Amino acid sequence: MSNDGVDVSKRQFLTLAATAASAVGVGLATIPFVSAMQPSAKAQAAGGPVEVDISQLEPGQLIRVKWRGKPVWVLRRTPESLAALGSLNPELRDPMSDESLQPESAHNEVRSLKPEIWVAVGLCTHLGCVPSYRPEVAPADLGPDWKGGFFCPCHGSRFDLAGRVYKGVPAPTNLEIPAHRYLSDTRLLIGEEIEST
Amino acid sequence: MQKRIAASLLAWIDDRFPLTKLWNEHLAKYYAPKNFNFWYFFGSLALVVLVSQLLTGIWLTMHYKPSAALAFDSVEYIMRDVDWGWLIRYLHSTGASAFFIVVYLHMFRGLLYGSFKKPRELVWLIGMAMYLALMAEAFMGYLLPWGQMSYWGAQVITSLFGAIPVIGDDLMQWIRGDYLVSDATLNRFFALHVVAVPLVLVLLVVLHIMALHQVGSNNPDGIEIKKKKNRAGVPLDGIPFHPYYTVKDLFGVVVFLLIFCWAVFYAPEMGGMFLEHPNFMPADAFKTPEHIAPVWYFTPFYSVLRAVPDKLGGVIAMGAAIFLLFLLPWLDRCQVRSVRYRGILFKSALTLFVVSFLGLGYLGTQPVTPEATLFARLFSLLYFAFFLLMPLYTRWDKTLPEPERLTLSPPLRQRQEWYWRLLIRGVDAALASEATQRARAFGEQILYRLKKYISSP
Repeated sequence: MSNDGVDVSKRQFLTLAATAASAVGVGLATIPFVSAMQPSAKAQAAGGPVEVDISQLEPGQLIRVKWRGKPVWVLRRTPESLAALGSLNPELRDPMSDESLQPESAHNEVRSLKPEIWVAVGLCTHLGCVPSYRPEVAPADLGPDWKGGFFCPCHGSRFDLAGRVYKGVPAPTNLEIPAHRYLSDTRLLIGEEIEST
Repeated sequence: MQKRIAASLLAWIDDRFPLTKLWNEHLAKYYAPKNFNFWYFFGSLALVVLVSQLLTGIWLTMHYKPSAALAFDSVEYIMRDVDWGWLIRYLHSTGASAFFIVVYLHMFRGLLYGSFKKPRELVWLIGMAMYLALMAEAFMGYLLPWGQMSYWGAQVITSLFGAIPVIGDDLMQWIRGDYLVSDATLNRFFALHVVAVPLVLVLLVVLHIMALHQVGSNNPDGIEIKKKKNRAGVPLDGIPFHPYYTVKDLFGVVVFLLIFCWAVFYAPEMGGMFLEHPNFMPADAFKTPEHIAPVWYFTPFYSVLRAVPDKLGGVIAMGAAIFLLFLLPWLDRCQVRSVRYRGILFKSALTLFVVSFLGLGYLGTQPVTPEATLFARLFSLLYFAFFLLMPLYTRWDKTLPEPERLTLSPPLRQRQEWYWRLLIRGVDAALASEATQRARAFGEQILYRLKKYISSP
């Protein structure tokens, strides 16, 4: 075939333009596929706030509620365990919780709105296992320095009773404190910090 | 008459589809080195396991329900109420472990004889892509029974993506399709496990074989048989794949099936190795099992992850442990392919690598203790040193001269090395044992009766 009288540069331009336009089209076509894998409207709706009654909660008792499918702990801490929290600071990675996730209202040393009632997402910040609640002092398997706290069975991360992570364990940050507020003295709302109108 | 019809039918097809051409290129006139040994069984065995997995997998989907509410019960339903369901399920679950055993041995063969080296880099890379796809396939398949180990294994592995800076959390949520592993995750893992990844795997198998047949098979001597050809252009040391290696591989398949069926019928859980005990409890999002460990084939990499006392660092180390395998063809600077003609440096490095890989694998199944972590760190260092120091020690290594033509192994009874002598002695002891004598006498008696029965009028 002869190319006489053919404007090659025009051909090249058209090829390039068609390729570019198709690339944009293909790129846009991936959007529905990628978005369809996001949490659906139903999953998001199921992520709404949940109410917890804490009137029956004894000192030292921990209850588990489900929020967004995750286990959320509500613990009534004893005065002794609250007093022990401050002495642990040198052994913790982030004692003031500056690197960790919590609502501003719980950004304090005991990591709660009211000191005795502590709310946290019960998932290890390492790889998402559920740490076990180990309130006893100095059990055989956790050593004589254990003042009570949480131990993750998967990779051995340790947290104190404010969910603050110890040094030298794989978990990078303290346990997450979810947004929550008090509806009354005995009723908690988890998943919402400020009253929505 | 029949022959004429068959020939004209074949001609009719060949005019429309390259049937004879494909048959010749890949089987009847594909010339493979004549000295393939035991290690060369595992490629064809991987194919056999793949077919078995596809077949049993399709049958499992006929009864399985991919939903968080129904999945666990539907697996128990398959085990108890579906005719032969237990067999199909055990074939599939044991097949997963068998797949990895066969693939690990196949990859080790490549390491031994330098099959990844020029010009077979693409064969190796496609194979590695297949290994990645296989890991994804196995991981997603393990979620489907929706037991405790399924759930928490998936929770831990999807959390690995959360360690990636900036996009980690969003990516993790996108993969799960929910705020944590849930019904949505199970449903999409089902889709990927049953449709997407198997398609990719089959495509990669085709590419792997096409790339292999383009360059020709390597062999235990690691020399190129295409350098010496006869006048017809056939390698002097080559034999047609069919019938020579199809028959050899069929023998391998029979031995493999014997062992595989023993596992399926007598040890489908393999003491918690193939099917872990906590997985017989339904998934519970509120309670992590006391000790969680992945299935054995992931434990070497899981050990590397645990050996690093930092979340992101552990994930990077684990990724690197897998990624370095891709780079092998370029890390190895040795002129010689086969371990037979390599020097002491490579042989020692390979031995240490095997020890560290097995050590990491064992530690990955055990709970964390300070001593175990120390060993895991030591083995991780050895593992990485094998790859990272490879450009140096393979260059310094003193190699032996390679032969001009393939060397053939002498028959078993003429071999002088101590390990072969040991094997011969073991075989002789087994043959001389009373049990063998009794079995032989029993066999002879049956033969005798058969003969008598046939010859009687």
